[in-house]
Amino acid sequence: MRGMRLAGILARSGPLTALLLLFASSAVWAGNGAASAWTKSLPDPSEFVEILLLQNYNTRLVVGGTTLLGATCGLVGTFLLLRKRSLLGDSLAHATLPGIGIAFMLMVAAGFTGKNLPGLLAGATASGAAGMLAVLAIRNTTRLKDDAAMGIALSVSFGIGIAVLRLTQNMPQGSAAGLESFIYGKTASMVFSDFWLITGVSLCTTVACAMVLKELTLLCFDEQYAAAQGWPTLYLDFLLIGLVIAVTVVGLQSVGLILIIAFLITPASAARFWTNRYTSMILLAGVIGAVSGWFGSSFSALLPRLPAGAIIVLTAASIFLFSMFFGTARGVLLRWIEHRRLRRRVGRQHLLRAAYEILETGSNQPHIPNVSIPFPQLLAHRSWSAAHLRKLLRDARREDHLEPSAPGTIRLSENGFGEAARITRNHRLWELYLIRHADIAPSHVDRDADMVEHILGAELVHQLEAELQPRAAVPASPHDITAAAAP
Amino acid sequence: MHTTASATSSAVDLRPEHPAAFPLTVHDLTVAYHRRPVIWDIELNIPEGRLVGLVGPNGAGKSTLLRACLDLVPRTSGEIQIYGQPYRRQRNLVGYVPQRESVDWDFPVSALDVVAMGSYRKLGWFKRVGAVELQNARDMLDQVGIAHLAGRQISQLSGGQQQRVFLARALAQDASLYFMDEPFSAVDAATEVAIVELLRELQARKRTCLVVHHDLSTVAQYFDWVVLLNMRIVAAGPTAEVFTRENLQKTYGGKLSVLDAAAEALRHGAS
Repeated sequence: MRGMRLAGILARSGPLTALLLLFASSAVWAGNGAASAWTKSLPDPSEFVEILLLQNYNTRLVVGGTTLLGATCGLVGTFLLLRKRSLLGDSLAHATLPGIGIAFMLMVAAGFTGKNLPGLLAGATASGAAGMLAVLAIRNTTRLKDDAAMGIALSVSFGIGIAVLRLTQNMPQGSAAGLESFIYGKTASMVFSDFWLITGVSLCTTVACAMVLKELTLLCFDEQYAAAQGWPTLYLDFLLIGLVIAVTVVGLQSVGLILIIAFLITPASAARFWTNRYTSMILLAGVIGAVSGWFGSSFSALLPRLPAGAIIVLTAASIFLFSMFFGTARGVLLRWIEHRRLRRRVGRQHLLRAAYEILETGSNQPHIPNVSIPFPQLLAHRSWSAAHLRKLLRDARREDHLEPSAPGTIRLSENGFGEAARITRNHRLWELYLIRHADIAPSHVDRDADMVEHILGAELVHQLEAELQPRAAVPASPHDITAAAAP
Repeated sequence: MHTTASATSSAVDLRPEHPAAFPLTVHDLTVAYHRRPVIWDIELNIPEGRLVGLVGPNGAGKSTLLRACLDLVPRTSGEIQIYGQPYRRQRNLVGYVPQRESVDWDFPVSALDVVAMGSYRKLGWFKRVGAVELQNARDMLDQVGIAHLAGRQISQLSGGQQQRVFLARALAQDASLYFMDEPFSAVDAATEVAIVELLRELQARKRTCLVVHHDLSTVAQYFDWVVLLNMRIVAAGPTAEVFTRENLQKTYGGKLSVLDAAAEALRHGAS
C-alpha cells in the first residue's frame, strides 16, 4: 500500500520532482566521489569554492559553455531520438574526423598555422555533411538498410580520420599535437571565442527548433502524413541533420566525437521516462543535458586528471539509470508496482470467487450459507499451487476477508462473503454479455471474462446491469463451474 | 473495363472520359517498385458523394494506389486529378487516414495533439496551434466518440481508439475527399459501428470517401460503390452491379476459401 501511494505522489508531481531528485542525487554522488577515491588529488578548499562559485574567469567560461552545450544537445537530441535516427548522429560524429585532419593539412600547406579552430571546425562540418550524404547515397541506391549504411559510413570515415591524423603528425611544418583532443574532447582548452561560438550555435539552434517545433514533431511522428499534407519532409530532415551537425561540431572540443552521441541521446532518453508529452520531454532533456555538462565540467576543473567528456557522459548515464528506474511516466519501478498491484487484485478476486462457487455448488437453498471450506477443495477448484494458494489466503486474511476457522479449512468473513458475491456477480454479468454480444461460446467464456473483469469499473457494471437485467442477485453461471477444476 | 458514370462532361474538359467535376480521376496510372510494376493501367473515375470500397487480395496494390493519389510514391506513368487538378494544388480538399501500423504509438503526444495535426497545413509554417485549433480538435474527437480521452497519451489507447484518433485527425482537415487505408483493420465491434456511422455522415454531407477494405462480407453493406483491384482494375462501379461472384473470381483468382467466404457474404446480402 505504501508503494502505491508513493507511486501516486510521484506520478502526480511529475517532472518537477524528477528535477529535484536529480539535483539531490547528483549532489550526493559528487560528495561521495570526492570524499573516497580522489582524496589525494583534491584541491584545497579555497580552490574548491572558487570553482564551484565560478569565481575564476576561465572556469566560468568552461562551465558556462559546457552547460549551454548540454542544454542544446538535449534539445536537438530529443528530435533525433524521436526521429529514430540515433545511430545517424553517431556516424555523423565519426565522419567529422577526416575533415579535421584534412583541414589542418590544407591550412599548413597554405602557409597558415594549422590549428586555426574555425578552419578545423569548418573541415569537420564539411566531412560530417559528406558522411551523411554517403549514408543517404548508400541507402537510396542500393537495397541496404539504414543500419548497414550507417555502420559502413561510421567505421570507414573514422578509419580515414585516424589515417589522416597520423599523416599530419609526420608533416615537417607545424605541430599537429592536440588534434587527437577532438576524439576524446578537452574541455579545459576552451577559450573566449569558443564560448561565443557555443552560445551562438545554441541560440540559433534553439530559435530554429522553437520555430519549426510543430513541423519537426509531425515529421517525427508521421512522415507519410506530413508528406501528404505537403510539408517538405526531405528538407525538414536536412534541417534536423544540419542542427545535429552544428551541435556536434561545436561539441567536438569539449566532449569529443566519440562521446558526443551520448550527450545527444542520453538526456533525451532519460527525459522520456518522466513525461508523455514531447514539449516537457524537450525541456527536461535540455535541463538534464545542462546538468550533465555543468557537473562534468566542474568536476574535471576540480580534478584536471579526469577528462570532462567522460564525466559528462557518466553523469548523463547516471541520470538515465535513475530515470529508468524511478521515472514517473514509464519507469521500471512504476510498472512493476502497477503490475504487482494488478496481480494481487486478480489473485484476491479469483480466491473469493472460487470460495463463492464452492459454497454455491455445495448448497441447494436460495440463500447460500457461509460455511467453512476444506483447503483441498479450494485447491482443486482452480489450477493453483498449494504455496500460491497459501499466499493468497495470507493476503485475504490481511484484508479481513477471512475469519478464523478449524485447521485445514477456511471461512469467509462477513465482509469477505459480501465481496465474493459482488465479484462473482460481476464475473457472471460479463460472461453473459460476452455470450450474448460477442458470440463467444459458453465453454470459452470463462477465460475471456477472467481477463477483463478485473478491470471492470463501477460505471461499466451499471451498464451491464441495465443491458442484461439479471433477475437473481447473483445470476447463475452460464457454464458448468465444477469443470473449472480442470487444470 | 470499368464502368464510367454518366456525368455531364463540359466542353472544356481536356479528357472527356475523365470529367473535372469528379473528386478523383486516374488516367493510365502505373507504379513500379524496383522496376517491378505494382499496379498498372489504372483508369478510374470516382463520382462525388460516394462511399467507395477499394477491395482486392493482399499485394493487389490497394495501398499503393492510395499513396500514388497522394503523391507519396513516384508514378512510372499516368495522371491523377483531384477535382480536375493535380494533387499538389488540391491538398486542402483531401484528408488522409494512413494505416494504423504506420506510426509508432509510443510517441509522446496526446490524442488531442494528434488530432490537432490535421490543422497544421491550414496553419502553415511557424504558426503555433492555438485555442481555435484545439477546440476544433476536441470537437472532432467528440464526433468519433472519444472526447473523454483527449488528454490520454496515445499508447494508452486501444486499437479501436487509436483508429478513431486517426479518423478525427482527417476530419479536422475538413476535406471533400478522404482516403482511408484500412480503417476497419483490427478494430473492436463498437469502433466498426462508429466508423460506419461516420462514413454515412460524411456521405450525407456530400463528401467522397475511398476506403481500403478487407472484409468482403461487409462490402455490400458499407459501400455503395466498389473498386475491385488486383494490380489492374477488375471492375469499378455501383456495388449492386459490380460486386458479383464473377468479378470477385477475377479479382481473387483461385483463392477458393476467400471466394467461398465471399459467396457466403453475397447470399447473406441477398436474403
